[in-house]
Amino acid sequence: MSIKSSTSRRDFLKKCLTGAAVLRASGRMGLLAATEQGTALAKSRVVMARDAMLRGAGTTVDSRRMLILLDRAMQALFDRDNAIETWKNLVRPGETVGLKVNALGGRGFSSNLQLVEAICERLQEAGIKANDIVVWDRDSDELEHAGFHVSTGGNRVQCFGTDRVDYEQKLVTHGSVGSRLSKILTQSCNVLINVPVLKDHDGAGVTISLKNMYGVIHNPNKYHPNGCDPYIADLNMLPEIRTKMRLTICDATTASYEGGPGYKPEYSWKNNALIVSQDPVALDYTGWQIIERKRAEKGLKTLEGDGRAPHYIATAADAQHRLGTNDPRKIAVAEL
Amino acid sequence: MRTGTAAMRSALTVALCIALLENAACNREPRTPARPFPASNQVGGWEKTGDIRTFEAADLWKYIDGEAERYLQAGVQRVSTADYKFQNKVDAVVDIYTMGNAEGAEKVFRSESAVDVTPIQLGDGARLYSQSLVFRKGACLVRIVAFEESTETQQALLQLGQGIELRLARR
Repeated sequence: MSIKSSTSRRDFLKKCLTGAAVLRASGRMGLLAATEQGTALAKSRVVMARDAMLRGAGTTVDSRRMLILLDRAMQALFDRDNAIETWKNLVRPGETVGLKVNALGGRGFSSNLQLVEAICERLQEAGIKANDIVVWDRDSDELEHAGFHVSTGGNRVQCFGTDRVDYEQKLVTHGSVGSRLSKILTQSCNVLINVPVLKDHDGAGVTISLKNMYGVIHNPNKYHPNGCDPYIADLNMLPEIRTKMRLTICDATTASYEGGPGYKPEYSWKNNALIVSQDPVALDYTGWQIIERKRAEKGLKTLEGDGRAPHYIATAADAQHRLGTNDPRKIAVAEL
Repeated sequence: MRTGTAAMRSALTVALCIALLENAACNREPRTPARPFPASNQVGGWEKTGDIRTFEAADLWKYIDGEAERYLQAGVQRVSTADYKFQNKVDAVVDIYTMGNAEGAEKVFRSESAVDVTPIQLGDGARLYSQSLVFRKGACLVRIVAFEESTETQQALLQLGQGIELRLARR
């Protein structure tokens, strides 16, 4: 599934569009090797950018290096030589942008602060006013515990939880899901950028892009049976989520392969990477493979062997949902 | 006179019964110890940096999301959590889960992997890692997680754990 790092960005784009990519499968990841395609086959792009020196000699992520890493990932995804141009392709001045972070893991394991700052910086350079950017999750206390500074009003980036504004009164439904949506989603932003963390999950197997939307509804506790399937897929079908979601930037700087979703440092590793895509299913599939590779390295059973294969990914890709693709032949992954 | 004595005897009997019933109720389910969290500097080098937050079983998902199911199946009653800092350098969080009984604490403890663990003697069973400590004591399961790793972290975690274990034993 990996493309040789020497492949140029332009080649990567060409291969995605023409379907003529020949991808070298990594035996350890157990993924199918792509075959030469005679016909055009659109592929979902997933870019994984890594910086081995992201934390320098210490443990804290370096802000400048994070900005460069984000730029590299975005430029590769959108095939642009200029980072600001990628953001101008994504958002327009006058839009309000919500960054749905994940603060559940607390200080050690929430959406990285330096990453969120870098995204906010680039959004502003693309013409989005600071106070039209909302960094949010379900609870303000949780955000504070994760290291975010809760802030409302003024000419600055907003940061607060749904607890400050509540959920809509109206219940929205799709399939197995019936929930009230955060007013931050429905009233405070018309663009959604998803900023999840790469983690394994006790029930769902993995929790990455699609499951991060559990923080948007008032009753996520109802949707954990059966490995969160089909709840995750059904939730992401809600129009308010689907129409606003533009991009996922997965924080894979610290990731977990066991014991998630809470922070267990003994089962996490400093991956120092970002994974970006506009296809959340392809991103979740790719993240799943990364976690499986790490589990194998540590001598652990696969998630399936552990009784928690992430079946929700296949459901999200099925004919009733079509939220993206989980077919490795239709996913072009670039590792930078 | 005889009637008054009988009445008094009845009242005393009733009072004694009430007292016995109350005592039985107290012993029926474990309580979270009144002060299991050491105050600042009660354990060398450790400062308590945040208020104690408590999540009852029904709201446990708000704190640990999908992991709550495992605890609920083991009979969790609540979790209390507080932030700490060691020598102004290493941040940590202490979670104390109060289960329905000691078997519940053991069930959760045994359900977790034990790779690269340092075996130690603490409470009724313990695992020490480079950045975290998990142990059980009676109906309580304690997890201490440090957010940074240093040469002193492991020993510091153990000392904090020992301080908490002492308080749990005083119940």
